[in-house]
Amino acid sequence: MKLSNKFIQIFLAGLLTSPIAYASENIVYCSEGSPESFNPQKILSGTGRNATSLTIYNRLLEFEPGTTNVIPSLATSWDISGDKTEYTFKLRKGVQFHQTAYFKPTREFNADDVIFSINRQLDLKHPYHLVGGGAYQYFQGMGMHNLIESVEKVDNYTVKIKLNKPEAPFISNMAMPFMSILSEEYAAQLANLGRKENIDTLPVGTGPFKYRRYLKDSVIRYNAHASYWQGKTAIDNLIFSITPDASVRYQKLKKGECDIAVYPSPADIASIQKNEKLELRELDGLNIGYLAMNTEKPPFNNLSVRRAIAHALDKQSYINAIYLGKAKPAINPYPSTVWSYHEDIDTYEYNPQKARQLLKEAGFDKGFKTTLWTLPVSRPFNPNGRKMGELMQQDLAKVGIEVELVTYDWGTYLDKVKRGEHDIVQLGWTGDNGDPDNFLYTLFSCDSVDRGSNNSRYCQKSFDSLIKTARSESDRKKREALYQKALQIFSHDVPVIPIAHAKVYRALRNTVSGYIMDPFDVDHFYNLEVINK
Amino acid sequence: MNGIKHTVGIMITVICITILAFGLIRLTPGDPVLLMIGERGSDPIQYQKVATQLGLDKSITEQYQNFLSQAVQGNFGTSVVSSRPVKEELLARWPATIELGLFAMLLSLLIGIPAGIIAAVYRRRIADYVVTISSLVGYSMPIFWWGLVLILIFSVTLDLTPVSGRLDILYDIEPHTGFMLIDSLLSNAREEYQLDAFASALHHLLLPGIVMATVPIAVFARITRSSMLEVLSEDYIRTARAKGLSEFRVIMFHAFRNALIPIITIGGLFFVSTVVAGAILTETIFGWPGIGNYIVSSVYARDYPVIQACILVIGMLVIIVNMTTEYLYRLVNPRMRH
Repeated sequence: MKLSNKFIQIFLAGLLTSPIAYASENIVYCSEGSPESFNPQKILSGTGRNATSLTIYNRLLEFEPGTTNVIPSLATSWDISGDKTEYTFKLRKGVQFHQTAYFKPTREFNADDVIFSINRQLDLKHPYHLVGGGAYQYFQGMGMHNLIESVEKVDNYTVKIKLNKPEAPFISNMAMPFMSILSEEYAAQLANLGRKENIDTLPVGTGPFKYRRYLKDSVIRYNAHASYWQGKTAIDNLIFSITPDASVRYQKLKKGECDIAVYPSPADIASIQKNEKLELRELDGLNIGYLAMNTEKPPFNNLSVRRAIAHALDKQSYINAIYLGKAKPAINPYPSTVWSYHEDIDTYEYNPQKARQLLKEAGFDKGFKTTLWTLPVSRPFNPNGRKMGELMQQDLAKVGIEVELVTYDWGTYLDKVKRGEHDIVQLGWTGDNGDPDNFLYTLFSCDSVDRGSNNSRYCQKSFDSLIKTARSESDRKKREALYQKALQIFSHDVPVIPIAHAKVYRALRNTVSGYIMDPFDVDHFYNLEVINK
Repeated sequence: MNGIKHTVGIMITVICITILAFGLIRLTPGDPVLLMIGERGSDPIQYQKVATQLGLDKSITEQYQNFLSQAVQGNFGTSVVSSRPVKEELLARWPATIELGLFAMLLSLLIGIPAGIIAAVYRRRIADYVVTISSLVGYSMPIFWWGLVLILIFSVTLDLTPVSGRLDILYDIEPHTGFMLIDSLLSNAREEYQLDAFASALHHLLLPGIVMATVPIAVFARITRSSMLEVLSEDYIRTARAKGLSEFRVIMFHAFRNALIPIITIGGLFFVSTVVAGAILTETIFGWPGIGNYIVSSVYARDYPVIQACILVIGMLVIIVNMTTEYLYRLVNPRMRH
């Protein structure tokens, strides 16, 4: 009897316990999913980047928070050889790895760690290469396995990376999550213990937070790294509360169960803005939703037809209806957060009359019939392909172009587009490294027609030579000038019609300070502080 | 003879489940490898690598043989997302689902059965109408919406329950069994937090438990009511009453015991659907780190080996529960023993 009384007491206590106020040194971050691994070399998702590369690890170079600029981090400086194929990095001294329950470092960060981290991904015979499956999708996806020839230790604090060919975006790639620096000493210790796979589940890095515990799909706990090389963070503990549903994240935020919530639902945005205790932040995402015309097929090989279509589409109406206003109309193939963005180009305002005129010039007085492929999946850069297709169909009908809407399942869609079977197709791109090359070369170079994502199959010699020159040029000013020229040609030729850059949102409690919105759609935790309001 | 038929029946069902688990994924349109590599633009080497990794470069019969021989040994392959063995990933998530499922089951038995008994005893009186109408509403409730409404009322407006999760963020408890109620009572946690962590775990179970139990409560109430009504009109009940037994004894020991058979059958089946179907929705809403939540995220991530393993394991679970139910049924009803 006594036992059951006790149980009832506890049960009631549980019922009536009011939420305990969080200690001021904790930040609770409501994330939307679980990381696929704790090794950023094996991660593709934004969720995973936040949980690893921005908390536990550093790279030789980093993106300056809130921008796509590359700044020194574990490397203090770098030199590029005359032929632009050798990069010599000077490493920072006095950088400590995390001391955790499972690893006690005996030395500071040095060249061995850099070599280990790169060679694990590069060298197929590296003892750690096959640990956890041997797939380094981002490293390979960015072409690093073909680009890097070797990584050499010059001395303890100098590393030389040799490339097979000059390639300027290499520097931006060095700041990407998959180039995070792991501890070679820890790897050696695990190899001795026969537990190599732990390197991806019990992480050790040099970042501002050290890993404490992960309860699958539930909570990730980090403690501040007391001897962090930039100084200890203002907060003591960082906690990821994994909450997949956006409405629930919002309720948790309102109730104070989390301090920052990712990806608020568009339906909640107005209500967040009205709530005095909350703050909504927004920024143009590093993405582009576009409509590509197959320039290899008539009538889209005709410039006037492409320009006519560009004038026929009312982008603003799509932004209102499809993105619910949460996007910005696009004129460049990348948003203004990417350097070399160019406003002084042909922008093709909505003008059906002009469109009809251009069609007449092209010899299509009575218009023509074509197909438009609508995106079968929802993506931030195009949340509802079908609905957008219907609006486009109406717009194009007004200028005499009769459009049949077509779609396939996602795999088939990509496959058929790759083979060039389409007329007009909706697609999009999300940037990886903030370099203009990542958009222009991937989406519009002649090389990418057959292997890559050049879905308009646009191959124009002067444009192609400009972006290729810019690719091998390391002077940023020169590159910027080259890209701006390339954008002029692009906007003149209009192989794709840039539609919109979807915005990214975060909701935070107003007790959080130091939060920086980032175009890569990731979160920075180092500068966070809790303030009393 | 019956036993052999029964075993053959089970064997056929098991084979069907393996074919279903194996075939469903292959029937979905599109090339899974292309879907996985996706928008980044695949190069043939990477394509081949992923195809080999998934075993998709072999013939269908060979793939099925591999799948079967591995599954028999409890090896479901490697998760495409985490590169960890699927078995490990599933084992880590079962305790959360079972804990919530048992709690919901307990709630539905404790509420549903008495409600059904009351409705039957007070037939066509107010209590009966209340139970009948509420169970109809409960049964037709869209779970996702219901969960969000309860969060809004009890967590946000009344501030009585936490919004989601298994434990207050303040309690940092080392997982031993994966059952939060047990882990919070184990030595270290007990020393540090006394019974507070346990209370918090219980507190966190409440709302998802209610949401998950909503449909089963309604079902139990309805089944109990109709089963009791049938039994209450039997002659032996009249005899029991005529012997001068108290009404409570008549209802509980004579009527309820005999009304139990359909309750056990339905209860057994409902336990599985509570744990699985209910788990998928409930766990997603409440961020409950169990199998349901994992299935949803694996479907989004197109983690084929995981989805395949989940279909298989859940299918097997249904078979096991059905067999157990049958056994229990025979135990309660001696006429069925032969």
